[in-house]
Amino acid sequence: MKKPNLSLRQYEKKSIIWYIGYLITLALFIWAIIGMNINIDRVRQGIPAMGRILALMFPPDTARLESAVFGMIETIQIAVIGTTMAAIFSIPISFLAARNLGLPRSVPAGSKQVLNAIRTFPSLIFGIFFVASYGPGPLAGVMALGINSIGMLGKLNSEIVESIDRGPIEALDATGANGAEMFLYAVIPQVLPEFIGTTLYRFELNLRQASVLGLVGAGGIGVTLMQALQFRRWAIVGMTMIVIIVVVTIIDYSSAYVRNKII
Amino acid sequence: MSEATSSKKPSRLVLIMGKIKGIIVIALIAAVYIWSARGVGFSLFEIIFELPSFFNLLWDMVPPNWAYFVRLIGPLLETFQTAITGTILGTLLAIPLILLAANNVNRNKPLYYVSKGFMNLARTIDPMLYAAILVAGVGLGAFAGMLALTFFSMAINAKLTSESLEAIDNGPLEALEACGGNKLEMIKYAVAPQIMPTFASYTLFVFEINIRASTVLGLVGAGGIGVNLNTSLNLFRYPNAAMVLLTTFVIVVLIDQLSNVLREELV
Repeated sequence: MKKPNLSLRQYEKKSIIWYIGYLITLALFIWAIIGMNINIDRVRQGIPAMGRILALMFPPDTARLESAVFGMIETIQIAVIGTTMAAIFSIPISFLAARNLGLPRSVPAGSKQVLNAIRTFPSLIFGIFFVASYGPGPLAGVMALGINSIGMLGKLNSEIVESIDRGPIEALDATGANGAEMFLYAVIPQVLPEFIGTTLYRFELNLRQASVLGLVGAGGIGVTLMQALQFRRWAIVGMTMIVIIVVVTIIDYSSAYVRNKII
Repeated sequence: MSEATSSKKPSRLVLIMGKIKGIIVIALIAAVYIWSARGVGFSLFEIIFELPSFFNLLWDMVPPNWAYFVRLIGPLLETFQTAITGTILGTLLAIPLILLAANNVNRNKPLYYVSKGFMNLARTIDPMLYAAILVAGVGLGAFAGMLALTFFSMAINAKLTSESLEAIDNGPLEALEACGGNKLEMIKYAVAPQIMPTFASYTLFVFEINIRASTVLGLVGAGGIGVNLNTSLNLFRYPNAAMVLLTTFVIVVLIDQLSNVLREELV
């Protein structure tokens, strides 16, 4: 992080820009906090209420460990199938969205726009719509992740395709290979390990998403949490939270380990 | 596999071991898939069979009820306000955590591991789960949403920034320490000038995440435009729901663009 030496005037100009930035931030904050109409009573009651809840969550209700673990298993399963579905769909799209495969220019541009549009919505919104059409349950969660993750996977994978080494393609071209052969022997081997890497990364994110999908009825541990919250059973909430934290942490570390091995 | 290819003449035993390893890995992956597919009740038939009802739902949303936008202005402002206050409060709370979780600023090992562990654990919970719990605790409304975003932003911003902080040039830090500067002076003159652009850039990134999150906080009753989405869907007013989605889409895209421009200026 070496910085170029700035002249005094440049330095002064830079710090003025920073001060303007701080002022704008402060103004936005004041506008926002006033607009939210948070009265002091709310804060005065809210903060101790949070403390009380936290105290009620501990000790967690260990009798419910089993049901929390079952919920978490379903969450993992939703994330596995949903991510895989998205990975399968995203592969053809990521080749269409890559600009270096000689497709007419409008195809990559159009595909990129579609991917961006999918990425804009949080998976919970997909969750509601799939719960409404498929009925509540883990399959709605699978569909939500399966469609929503195409956006990010397609974008990352197309960037991988765009950064491939052209050497092998040209070598095969020189030996008179056709398009399909060049694709199969020069493109696929280069991108496959990195595709697996992005898919595992998305799996880590989807595991978190899948733990939330239950809030709208799309299966997993979120359903357990929602029921516990409805009946204000804080000890069960505590147990559920602990299971989520432990399992997500373990899977994060294992997935990161595998990703480092592959790439 | 890399050991097998790097040696000049792999013995047959190594080759066979490699094959067995490959078969075991494939069998394990297959087992995970079968287990998961059965667990979620995966059926291609059901997915295809129910697909028309999904598209019917989308079709019911066309055309969006444009007039409904007037009713969305208030909730939209609340969405912004939730994201702004959550981001800023979270960022302020992140500052001490960042300094504690950087091994070149904080030399106290136990405190370092506690703060690193705290933010890594806090990060595993999605802001929506925090929001659901806080709504049950402090009541419906944007206040619960703000607290949820505050907590999550603090954890994620502290993680990103403290990792960058650990990678800064330690020269100025050591120079100040050598001439007898105290911790506060070291932070002010050696740490802050180096980390501020990165910190500001991560804060904008967290703001993007929070804008996305604040559009759905209403689904659990934590205020903002998500409340309108929830009521529209519960009352089967699909054109209204379409208007909410369209507004969400435009807002998220605009904020992303703005934030990207600012971030490019910073770094």
